[in-house]
Formats: sequence, structure tokens, C-alpha cells
Amino acid sequence: MNDNHRHLHTIVALVQDHPGVLTRIASMFRRRGFNIASLAVGQSETFGLSRMTFVVNTNQDDVVEQVTKQLRKIVEVVKVTDLSAEDIVARELALIKVKASSAAARSEIIQVVELFRARVVDVAAESVTIEVTGDQDKIESILMLLRGFGVQEVMRTGRVAIARGRKTPLKTTTAKAKDGPSSG
Amino acid sequence: MKRTGAQMVFESLINEGVDVVFGVPGGAILPIYQTLPEYPQVRHILVRHEQCGAHAADGYARATGKVGVCFATSGPGATNLVTGLANALMDSVPMVAITGQVPRAAIGKDAFQETDVTGVSLPVTKHNYLVMDPKDIGVVLKEAFHLARTGRPGPVLVDIPKDVQQEVAEFRYPEKVNLPGYNPHLSGHPTQIKKAAKLIAEAKRPIIVAGHGVILSKAYSELKELAEQAQIPVITTLLGLSCFPENHVLSVGMPGMHGMAYANIAIDRSDLLIAIGMRFDDRITGRVSDFAPNAQIIHIDIDPAEIDKNVKTTVPLVGEAKRVLAALNRQVEPITHVEWVKEIEQLKQEHPSHLVPESEGIASPYVIRQVWEATGGDAIIVTGVGQHQMWAAQHFFYTKPCTFITSGGLGTMGFEVPAAMGAKIGKPKETVWAFCGDGGFQMTLQELGTIAENQIDVKFAIFNNGFHGMVRQWQEFFYQKDYVATKFFNPDFVKLADAYGIKGFRVESKADVRPTIEEAMKVKGPVLIDFVVDAEENVFPMIPAGTSVKDMLERPPGTTLVESKDAST
Repeated sequence: MNDNHRHLHTIVALVQDHPGVLTRIASMFRRRGFNIASLAVGQSETFGLSRMTFVVNTNQDDVVEQVTKQLRKIVEVVKVTDLSAEDIVARELALIKVKASSAAARSEIIQVVELFRARVVDVAAESVTIEVTGDQDKIESILMLLRGFGVQEVMRTGRVAIARGRKTPLKTTTAKAKDGPSSG
Repeated sequence: MKRTGAQMVFESLINEGVDVVFGVPGGAILPIYQTLPEYPQVRHILVRHEQCGAHAADGYARATGKVGVCFATSGPGATNLVTGLANALMDSVPMVAITGQVPRAAIGKDAFQETDVTGVSLPVTKHNYLVMDPKDIGVVLKEAFHLARTGRPGPVLVDIPKDVQQEVAEFRYPEKVNLPGYNPHLSGHPTQIKKAAKLIAEAKRPIIVAGHGVILSKAYSELKELAEQAQIPVITTLLGLSCFPENHVLSVGMPGMHGMAYANIAIDRSDLLIAIGMRFDDRITGRVSDFAPNAQIIHIDIDPAEIDKNVKTTVPLVGEAKRVLAALNRQVEPITHVEWVKEIEQLKQEHPSHLVPESEGIASPYVIRQVWEATGGDAIIVTGVGQHQMWAAQHFFYTKPCTFITSGGLGTMGFEVPAAMGAKIGKPKETVWAFCGDGGFQMTLQELGTIAENQIDVKFAIFNNGFHGMVRQWQEFFYQKDYVATKFFNPDFVKLADAYGIKGFRVESKADVRPTIEEAMKVKGPVLIDFVVDAEENVFPMIPAGTSVKDMLERPPGTTLVESKDAST
């Protein structure tokens, strides 16, 4: 299933790195009843600016439009791009702890890991921890296969996304954001 | 130059041209208050409750077009501001609130009178700040005033810990703001303007719906030019009232739930609706699917998020009303719509919602019409929320900008008392009348103390029906007259005024209405008139919530209407 069938829309925002900016954004989503499927935040290429990737779950295009408009209204949000219709690279990361009490189970798990080009990042007496990166479908597929062995714990990030090729929809020409006063 | 944080606050206020602040002191804002005497240019009005400080700043801002400013201390002082901030946000009123906060080291420790004020005020402000370094005060206040008054105006809160107010640092007031994420669109897109002009040229039954945005951007002459150039009738929303003279031949009054029947029917029949600085509130549209069913829509608004939020737009025009209209006017060719204007004139004859009903007792609309006649319409009218508010919108005719001040979006009862106070302080030469519901008045009447102390010359007209009238009307119409919790005991309002040293009158017969209004106008200083009005009046017309113009209730058959000599709508 692709995003269109799931009604998932990817929106990327460049925001000033101020305390409380996440609260402002989360508060806006909550108050207006928009449904966030996932959220990922990290520093951008410019000091003082962070980039957020939102995945919004809705089957109405006007909701996506409202989300981007309401995001733009937040003073500390510098730029917003709706990537729903763009050609993008989107990735998520998951850490999965799987029960592996026998050598047989461990080797079967490792086969699955290789098949998915995932990695084993920790091995303990009773379990192995796997790191997998990919789109949502890939992570859900490996999870499904690993369930048979007994998944003990899953840590997943939200989606991060970037437009393919030379397009830089979020070029940070206005980024003079450092040393701004903090705001609540 | 070296300054304490508190001095920086006043230096910044003076830089922004602030001459009056409404507030209440308290522990965490004391350094600012103790610095007040050093700056006699800034007048401080000690209000009796912080909510009223915010509403007074709001009334001041709406009457003058300047940014209103209020002060409050930490904790309860700041939380008391919340209603005032929410009110200003909903109605796009420029305001800056400055609150004291507990010292930096105490933040997060549940200190005495500590509240997370930036957290609490986040959804009710356009933006807010917690200033953790005195060096930032100038920058933050510069940004706060810029944000409050530009783009779509709104309230901005600045929270300053007590020790930041005390600390000495280098003061610098920046010339410019650095807000990379804040760039309001001011001029409309040329292609869209062209499209809009084309729609106007083709329309047979165009109608303008003008809102608060016209007042906020002072687009009065541009609006008038468009209306006259293309002969387009003008409807004004509740917050748009006074932006287009109601004695103008093209004026069609207020639309919506309690709007003029002819205004609502005109919207229903129009083929082009030009919405200017308004946001298609549910009180205007009713059931959205039945709103203006035959019309294409041009929506001019400075806030892009308002476009297509409630109603789908044919031509969106994001920009400041004044600039967009000026650009549009350059492309609109003179055109007439004689038949359409005649049709609306006919509607006014058939559905004269603006006429006052005949009554034996004191009908509220009659009182409002008498104030209109006695003042010659030359007054700032401030209202609370409910029936009297709707009657004030329907039966007083506004011809001068910024003369109707009301709580529209939030619908804050009690707004009238402090807002009238703020309006009078902002416009001391204007006559100010506060129309008060007897319910709302008792939510903010403690401000009679502020009014008496400062001899603020506001004429208060209380519409005393012993009910939360609008709620009672809904109970009558939709809950089989089951009057739960709407009837209440009233004090002797004249004695109450007297206790504050304010001149009071009670009016119990219709014959005394006009003479008492005239007597009140002769008094220099505040006056309170307690009008004992008919207890169970209803506001007509009414389009019940969630329905359409087809479900509009007009006055019951058999109601005799009084022909008013001057009412030109």
C-alpha cells in the first residue's frame, strides 16, 4: 500500500530552534484536530534552524492545505513544504529486539536481517537487536516476519523525507535565526 | 546605555508611542511598577481585575487603531488575562500584555504565584515570549509590537521574570525586527486581482460583505470607491459595522443569525459575493452548504489560512484590504446594477428588520434608537454580548469608523464595562455609551471603581430584564420555555452607582426614556441608567444555528413597527 491509499501526506517545515517551538506546533495540531501519524525533528544544515517532517493522516486535501497554512502562521516556522505530490526519498528507522534463545532461531533471524539489508546491532544471550532503515512498508514487512520469533521491544522513529534531485524546496536563504531571543 | 530590565520596558513602550497602560501590580511585576514614576509620559490606569485590564486595552485599541497595552503580575494576575487575550485573538485586536514572572531560579519549582504563563497563553495569543536575559527586552518588545499591529493583528504576551526586571544591562532598541518566519502578504496577486475584476464586470447581482479587516487596514475610502464605482450593495459584518456609512444608499446592514432579513436574502440571491476582511464565521454562514448558493466568491483576507477554511473561494486574494482594494479599483470599470439595487430596496420594504417594534413597556430596541436620535449617531457604542448587542447592531446606525466596539468572536459578556473605559481613555473627546446586559454587567461591574476614580465619562445603559436574555430566548424557542438558570436577582443598580459616587437613574416608563438619556448627556462624568425593559423580548430576525436563510424567523405576524424618521437604511 502506498501513501495515497493510506491517506498519508508528508509535510516538511523549517523552524527556528527556540525553546517551546515544538509545543506551539503540537498545540496547533491538537487544537485544530489534525491527526499527526508521525513527527521527526532534527537540526538542519543551518545553525539555529531545525527541520521537521510531519506525516498527516487525512483523506481530505483541504485538511492538508489547512495544516500547511496554520503551520505557516506560527511565527517561528520559517518555511513549510507539502511533499505529498513530490518525488521524494522517505526513510524511517526502527530498532527491534527479538527473542533468540536458540542458535537455530538466531541464524534464522540473521537470514531475515540479511534479506532486508538490516543490521544486527546487539546480541545478548536471549535476544538480538536489529536496526532497520527504509520506508514504512519495509519496516512493517520485517516486523511481520520477526513477530514469529517473538518481538520484545520496538523503537521506531517518525519519517524523514527529502525531495529527490536538484530540487531544494527548503533552501534556507532567510536563515539568520541564530541568537534570537528565546520564546516560550 | 545601561538600564534595569524594568527601565528597558518603559524605554521600549515610549519608543512604540505607548501613552497608557492598564494593569494591576503584584509581587513579580513590582520592579516594573516601582519604575513607573520615572516615566510620567506613560499613564497607568489601575483596574480592579486583570481581565478588565486586557479588555480596556482591547477597547482602547479598537477605538484608536493603536496597540493596547496591559500589565499583570505572575500567577493569578496572568491567568486572569486569559479571557482578554482570547477575546483579542478572536477579533484580531492589536495588544501587548506584559506579565511579571517569578525569578529565573524559581521557574519550574512551583514557586509562590508561579504559572507557566507562556504555556497557558499559547493558544490565545498570536505569539508570546519568556525573556530570560535583560539584553533581550528591547528586541522582544520591538518584535511584540510589530507582531501585534502588522499582518493580521492580535495579542502578544511578554513574560518577564522579576530578576530580569531588576538586572542592569546594556539597552538597545533595534530599528528593525528579525523574524524570518513572519512575512505577511500585503498586496494581492496581480493575476488574481485581474480575475476578480473580471468577475465583478460580469456579475449581475454582486454584493460586498465587509468585515473587521476594512477597519483594521483603514480601507474605508477604497471600499466606498469600489461600491460606488461598480454600484455594489455593501453588507457589514458585526465587527465590520461602522466601516461603511449606514446612511449610504448602498448600505444593506448586518448579515447572519440576527442580521437584517434583507441582507441575508440578498446574499442568498447574489451571483458574486466579495468578502473583504471577514472570515465566514458560522454566525454569518449558518449551514455552509446553503450559504450564498448562487454566488461565486472573491475572498480578500490578509490571513491565507482564512481562505477556503469555511467556505470555498472562487478567487482568493491574500493581502491587506486597503492595498488589495486600491489595486482592484484601478481595474474595475464603472458599471451599474440598477435592477439589483432596486430589488434590494424592495426587500427592505418587505422585510423591514431595522424598524423598531411598537410596545407599551420599554422595548430595548426603542432605547437604542432613542440614544441614536439623542446623540445624532455621533457616539462610540460599546456593547456586551447577547440580545442588547444584537439590537445595538440592528437599531443604531453607524456612519463613522471605529464607533462600534463589541466582542464578536469570543462573545465575552462583561466586555462592555472595561472596553468602554478603554475606548473613552483613547478617545477622550468622543461621546461613549456602553450598552450593558444586566447579566454581563455583573461580571465586570467592579470597574465602576476605576471609572469613578478616574472620572471616565462613559454613559452606561443597562438593559435590565432580569434574564440572561439571549439564553432565555433559546430556551423559549428550542427548549419549550424551560427557563433553567437564566432568571436572576438584580441589585439596585442606582444604589450601586451611588456607592461608587456615580450618578444613577432608573427608567421604568417609556415616557422617561428620552428625557433621561438627555439628562445623562448633560452630566459631566460617568452616568449609569438602569432601563427596566420588557422581560421576555426576542431578537428578530433569527436564523437558528446550523440552518439557512430559508429557516429565518422574522417578527411574529401582527407586530406593529414604528416608522423611524431618520433611519435611512
